Amino acid sequence: MSLDKTDIEKIAHLARLSIDENDIPDYTRDLSNIFTLVEELSSADTNDITPMAHPFDAHQRLRDDVVKETNQRELFQSIAPKTDAGVYLVPQVIE
Amino acid sequence: MHNKSLSELSASLHNGEFSSVELTQHYLDRINAHNDNLNAFITVCDDRALEQARAADEHLQQKTAGVLAGIPLAHKDIFCTKGVLTSSASKMLSNFISPYDATVVEKINAAGMVTLGKTNMDEFAMGSSNETSFYGAVKNPWDTNRVPGGSSGGSAAAMAARLAPIATGTDTGGSIRQPASLCNLTGLKPTYGRISRYGMIAFASSLDQAGPMAKSAEDAALLLNEMAGFDERDSTSIEHDVPDYTATLNESLQGLRIGLPKEFFGEGLDPNVAATVEAAVKVYESLGATVKEITLPNSSLAVPTYYVVAPAECSSNLSRMDGVRFGHRCDNPKDLEDLYTRSRGEGFGEEVKRRIMTGTYALSAGYYDAYYLKAQQCRRLISNDFKEAFDDVDVIMGPTAPTTAFALGDKTDDPVAMYLADIYTISTNLAGLPGMSIPAGFVDGLPVGLQIIGNYFDEAKLLNVAHRYQQETDWHQQTPAAFK
Repeated sequence: MSLDKTDIEKIAHLARLSIDENDIPDYTRDLSNIFTLVEELSSADTNDITPMAHPFDAHQRLRDDVVKETNQRELFQSIAPKTDAGVYLVPQVIE
Repeated sequence: MHNKSLSELSASLHNGEFSSVELTQHYLDRINAHNDNLNAFITVCDDRALEQARAADEHLQQKTAGVLAGIPLAHKDIFCTKGVLTSSASKMLSNFISPYDATVVEKINAAGMVTLGKTNMDEFAMGSSNETSFYGAVKNPWDTNRVPGGSSGGSAAAMAARLAPIATGTDTGGSIRQPASLCNLTGLKPTYGRISRYGMIAFASSLDQAGPMAKSAEDAALLLNEMAGFDERDSTSIEHDVPDYTATLNESLQGLRIGLPKEFFGEGLDPNVAATVEAAVKVYESLGATVKEITLPNSSLAVPTYYVVAPAECSSNLSRMDGVRFGHRCDNPKDLEDLYTRSRGEGFGEEVKRRIMTGTYALSAGYYDAYYLKAQQCRRLISNDFKEAFDDVDVIMGPTAPTTAFALGDKTDDPVAMYLADIYTISTNLAGLPGMSIPAGFVDGLPVGLQIIGNYFDEAKLLNVAHRYQQETDWHQQTPAAFK
């Protein structure tokens, strides 16, 4: 399996990762090698095999709809990069 | 003091031979003397540890202390610890002072144990050599030119050098067992869901599981007693009774049926490691166990399956690291997109980026069925192999890792070669089964681990099997000369 520069740029965009232009050849080589390894799976006969998402095929538990947690906004926002009046600040999105 | 078992330490603390403050100070002094060399700890909690030790001493004096009260421990830096840096060895979280405790931390605090510090690891637990850490590589105390294994390499090095009496680790594809093997420790990855994942920074949520890294099976059993149990805050936690794991340690192994998968002894396994593992199996025969060759025919699918499932889950889990609510944020973002991409690009290291991109591609439109769905089907095949095997045997044994500890820098340029370091450990994570690594001997002065795999929730059986071997051998008591 061989990926090219355009593939890497597209994947990096989908993952919202800035990558250094100089590192693209390394990523291209490494990801191509990883997917060559992964393609060994195509030799496995998986007809009628149910995909396994979880070791115990667990179901989602339900709980009573009662308030247990207390609001800890100040504590959680104390480690945020930028906040104001109880909200997280990011660069302006809407003009 | 630092070669005593947890039971011995507990007895000494309870009968007043020494205090928790003295014991804690002893370990802090050892960390102070050796950590510059090994780089095993990211954070050392001096003041906090002594404060916890003083509190434990009060309980000990009032005779209200539990069995592990006052005993120090090191946490892998993946467990959120309130008020303490919890970095997951990433630049992304290098400013993250956790506002809450992981369930594991909470339970261990409640047992009265003392947290010495947070140990180094591969960044976000992605690695098998502890070389991907933002805080630098960890060195193996058995040979400081070699890796301690990973991702729980800091916990492993700290234990091997006796800088802590016991430590926590996590295992997604071998991250407790492989470093335990390379550093001469007893490491246990329990059944998936046995220990709460709440507050354990997520890598691959369907595979991640915490466990003890210890000097012996008996010590591991004592810590597992505190770590295990249902937690409603973890949606995949299993409601299953927790036995006293120390109660059955001494049971006889007469009639124990051991399976040796032929796929674990093929090409790629160092012949000296193979001979060491075979010698360990002979000890079990002398204890009354029977041995048969078994087959796990889909073993060759384990590494490729893992390198779809784990990166796919990691790409999803790590999307929360976006520079908005916590963690690293780039300087002067020009817009929101720039804030996301640059914060993430600057915050993550090379291996983490590689895995995020691998997972993103495997999950992207048009490729989902070919990669992710196919891998989940192969995961079922691997799991079915084990189900069939456990119809005929009680435990499965083999090598933990194909070689002894490799040299620092040896595999850093070839991700696929690094991934193969976990070739024998990955399949148990995919199946969700419990697995252990115990010291089984040395090749050229470097430790070799014996892997023991059990059926679901058979942790007590694994610990019993490990403990009986440790009654017959003293490999687990050997320590590296420079850290006596």
